Amino acid sequence: MTAPAPEPRWPDPIVEARGASFAYGAAPALRDVSFSARAGEFVGLLGPNGAGKSTLVRLVAGLLAPAAGTVRLAGLDPFAAPRRTVARVCALVPQEPRIAWPFTVREAVMMGRAPRQGLLAMPSRFDRGAVEGALAACDLVHLADRRLDALSGGERRRVFFARALAQEPRVLLLDEPTAFLDLGHQVAAMHMATVAARGGLCVVAVLHDLNLAAAACDRVVVLSGGRVVAEGAPAAVLTADRVREVWGVPVWRGENGATGAAVVLPALERTP
Amino acid sequence: MSSRRMRLGLALAAGLLAVLGAVAASSSVGAQPISISAALAGVEPDRSILLGLRVPRALLAAVVGCGLAAAGTALQALLRNPLAEPFVLGVSGGAALGGSLVLLAAASLGGLPTGAGAVLGGAPPVAAGAVAGALLATVLVFGLGRIGDRLVPEAALLVGIVFNSFVAGVITLLKMLVPPEQASRLTYWLVGAIGYESGATAALGATLVALAVGALVALSARLNLLTLGDEEAASLGLDVRRVRALVFFAASAATGAAVALAGMVGFVGLIVPHIVRRVVGPDHRVLVPAAALFGAAFLVLADALARLAFRPLGTEPPVGAVTAFLGGPFFLWQLRRARGGEGSA
Repeated sequence: MTAPAPEPRWPDPIVEARGASFAYGAAPALRDVSFSARAGEFVGLLGPNGAGKSTLVRLVAGLLAPAAGTVRLAGLDPFAAPRRTVARVCALVPQEPRIAWPFTVREAVMMGRAPRQGLLAMPSRFDRGAVEGALAACDLVHLADRRLDALSGGERRRVFFARALAQEPRVLLLDEPTAFLDLGHQVAAMHMATVAARGGLCVVAVLHDLNLAAAACDRVVVLSGGRVVAEGAPAAVLTADRVREVWGVPVWRGENGATGAAVVLPALERTP
Repeated sequence: MSSRRMRLGLALAAGLLAVLGAVAASSSVGAQPISISAALAGVEPDRSILLGLRVPRALLAAVVGCGLAAAGTALQALLRNPLAEPFVLGVSGGAALGGSLVLLAAASLGGLPTGAGAVLGGAPPVAAGAVAGALLATVLVFGLGRIGDRLVPEAALLVGIVFNSFVAGVITLLKMLVPPEQASRLTYWLVGAIGYESGATAALGATLVALAVGALVALSARLNLLTLGDEEAASLGLDVRRVRALVFFAASAATGAAVALAGMVGFVGLIVPHIVRRVVGPDHRVLVPAAALFGAAFLVLADALARLAFRPLGTEPPVGAVTAFLGGPFFLWQLRRARGGEGSA
């Protein structure tokens, strides 16, 4: 049993798309998108439904190939590179993880080690260490032997986050990490993503909650109609005008007095 | 995990004991009462009945059950649905059609003086036809069971059921086209009877099943990832297309060989993996070998039950009738449970 090889130097930015386009059949989803993200950075992908956020994440993960333009992930073409190679640098936490088979929490997290294991996936010392570390980081140690179908929605989401951490990636892609979660679990999910970024990972998350994005992300990228329409610091990007323009709703835009983070509230009209 | 190794060891030991016990039990019952100790001491006709008829038949049933249960386990992982099964999905039907066409071709060539018919009607061509038919049916069912780009388990099951009716129709037609003697041979084969195959046929079938089940065991860690869904499996480093193609091929080969040996024996691949999964859990590295062994034991016992149950009627007993009798209600029960929430998402 040898120690893992010393880490190679990763390109900076570690995620880079240039002029990337993609269409599902005849329906264009992304048009000429340029996007990059660096190690240690927490980037939020924002935009209305159908703007192309999840498609961009799939291009970066190599699950789809761009029709035009290029995508680079840690210097690799993620679609053409062997899946195992890609899975060692990039983990994807899906929006609604599927639980067809009732594995235990530990078994599910151990699957994150698959890209580093042999044919029968016999766990090594390093695999066990990574799994126990991920379980601890996601507060799952006490649930480790429970079956997935006996967990709440928030707990399941933590399991799939832990699986991604056990993958020991350099890039962590999160597809709506807060969807269907209550407020407490939403905050916990954003916290785990922030901790991962502070630990040196490049974290890219599709987000719908503008306030959570404004509070937690280092940078946000706004997509609309398959194009990047704005990017930069959340407070600079999320102006009242831009939100109204992109999402089509009038909003009240304020500021969190304590942190200075942007606060955006839809201006709902009360029907008498 | 060491607990997994322990589970694997326990499951394999229990499975081997079950197979041995089932073969012993099956060999000691039959139309002609025999004494096992006398047979082992070399007393005739007990010895010939035991070693010449009953043990080979029990072993044949074991091979068929092993192949069908392993194929069922793999197809359930591929379809992410506990209702998937070679018979229900039409894979067995495809194998039956493939084998029947080869037999028909053999019959039509039988009049020629070259002996081509006899060669074609032999074990290897029929088995090859069955494996090819199983593979084509698998590709068809999984190809048509898609909506857009996504595999929809319910759609695939429906395609399989429709394909089964289609195959039944074609085989009925074939039976009317061939001479009565060939037709009754076809009927007897397809009804799912464990017969007394020649040594060569049995050896060929057993080799095919062993290779296919061995391949599925080797793929078992990947089957775990496949149950997560295509995108998740791919993001965990799996080459989904390649692995799925390999699983298709191995499951089809196991089914094709089982059908070539025993015709259409349904529901083994449904009942056995389900019960074994409840005991050993969903990890395919334990589940695939355990289901293969318990599938073998199950079909040996089902065949023994068939021989006992049909004895008063004085007819050759098809084990396929017994498994259908058990499996039909079991399938409906599973369907209700799956709708009740547990099954697929």
